[in-house]
Amino acid sequence: MGPLWVVAEPGAEGGLARISAEAATLARDLGASTGRDVIGIVIASDPAAAATELATYLPVVWAIADPAAAEHAWSAVAAGRIAALLAPDGKDVPEAPDAILIGAGADGRDLAGAVSALSGLGVLVNATSVTWTDAGPSVEMSVFGGKLITNSGFTGGRGIITIRPNVTTAVAADAPGRVEPRSVAGAASLPAVKVVERVSEAGVQASIEEARIIVAGGRGVGGPDGFEMVEQLAEALGGAVGATRAAVDSGWIPYSQQIGQTGKIVKPELYLALGISGAIQHKVGMRTSGAIVAVNRDADAPIAEFADIFVVGDLFEVGNALLEQLRARSG
Amino acid sequence: MRIVVLVKPVPDPASAGERLGPDGRLDRAAVPAVVNGNDEYVLEAALKLIEAAGEGEITLLSMAPTTAPETLRKALAMGATRGVHVTDPALAGSCAVSTATVLAKALGELEFDMVFAGIDSSDGLGGIVPAAVAAHLGLPYLSYAARIEPDMSKRTVRVRRISATGYYLLEAPLPAVIGGTQALGEPRYPSLKGIMAARNKEIVTRSLADLGLDGASVGGAAVTTAVLDNRMPPARAATEIVRGTPAEGATRIVDFLAERRII
Repeated sequence: MGPLWVVAEPGAEGGLARISAEAATLARDLGASTGRDVIGIVIASDPAAAATELATYLPVVWAIADPAAAEHAWSAVAAGRIAALLAPDGKDVPEAPDAILIGAGADGRDLAGAVSALSGLGVLVNATSVTWTDAGPSVEMSVFGGKLITNSGFTGGRGIITIRPNVTTAVAADAPGRVEPRSVAGAASLPAVKVVERVSEAGVQASIEEARIIVAGGRGVGGPDGFEMVEQLAEALGGAVGATRAAVDSGWIPYSQQIGQTGKIVKPELYLALGISGAIQHKVGMRTSGAIVAVNRDADAPIAEFADIFVVGDLFEVGNALLEQLRARSG
Repeated sequence: MRIVVLVKPVPDPASAGERLGPDGRLDRAAVPAVVNGNDEYVLEAALKLIEAAGEGEITLLSMAPTTAPETLRKALAMGATRGVHVTDPALAGSCAVSTATVLAKALGELEFDMVFAGIDSSDGLGGIVPAAVAAHLGLPYLSYAARIEPDMSKRTVRVRRISATGYYLLEAPLPAVIGGTQALGEPRYPSLKGIMAARNKEIVTRSLADLGLDGASVGGAAVTTAVLDNRMPPARAATEIVRGTPAEGATRIVDFLAERRII
């Protein structure tokens, strides 16, 4: 019986990405229920901070220092190290894992693809939960834009699993684990991609993938000025701002906030949709949200079929009334 | 400038008719196929680069069932030069590992400066195949591109990669594999002239044997993953329609959020 590995990706400010804390929590529960060891892995130019943070969730964390990670895209550097840890003929190779868990964010997906190619291991993507059967992990996924739930396994009994954001709440372990600095010999290296510059843009919104509450606007918002209402409601509810493709293509809000078929798939506790008709291309990105509340003037909008509450009315009038009531509650 | 664009025919997400067959594989006959959304964005980026350079060609590469040429014609009508269609009965039911292996092998037969791929596909949503293709080929992989700027004289490419707080500016030598997003810009509609021209454009068909691969090591017989079971998600409760004054609508929302302990 092999251990479970959790490969943590770097967070925005050098610490641990929240999605990695969630994956670690999920892996710890899975390890406890199946009697498997769980090992966290941090690969960074200076892994100390992220490794210490990951050790609040897991009993053992391997900290692998790789100077190349400082000025190069993370996934290629990390994939080389993970592939070397997995190499059957490598030196000092640890016990092979039964599953490698990685967050399904941008870096995690890049890593999963590269490690799969280097190791031949299969990948099950966007897991919403993981259980164990006699034949290995059983991975639950939501497919076809939430129309169907599948459970899948690895024909070889082991593989790589990417974990969808927000399916687990990160919870620290009762006691912090230990960090073990580890070197990896003979890293199978992939061509490095240089990071020339890291640019922060003003007005970048909170990440919609990790948000508990999303207030989203569509064509009905009418323009960039209309998004002020969306933003104010998001602020009042402590949520993030989302949008439909129509709003993004019109230039009212950046692509990073787009939800749907060519944008992001989200699953917040609350999805408040303002002026959104609920076309299938948008629906696939948000239909599995916990609660869906829609405000739309058009009582025949498709979103009326899958929202929990549908308020027929002008989004600005209802929005202003909602802001007033929310502020009265918190004040 | 030679660009290969990976193109995947996917079940039309607008049809909402996707389903699994009895074998647990996607029933591709159940819904019409369209070009994957993100693939259209990278194709558009490729067309703009070729137009700006005043020279170059775009080859579409697709691993897909025998019906794929109909879907590929639309991408050819947008302006791509030719298509390569990898198809083989043994590839039905391929997992991502096989897909990446086969695409990498097919790319090995082509000459290119850059390979463009949509960052993920609307049917699988895994977003892992472009990275795996790059790793197989031993080429740099630049992902989540919002802008692609090759410098053919220096043989390098710069990519703006979307990050949580803005973007990273990435640079790598050519040839390279690039995964692109919708932020690259709206794809064009094929013109009538483009549609006419696409009819006579070449689509080369390649089988596994042509690529020097065998059906035991890749494809349906070599899957690494399998669907064990599936079920419908729990039905949502019926929608509560609220009509009345804005204040009444807002009150109902606040009450609902309080009932659900969201506020």
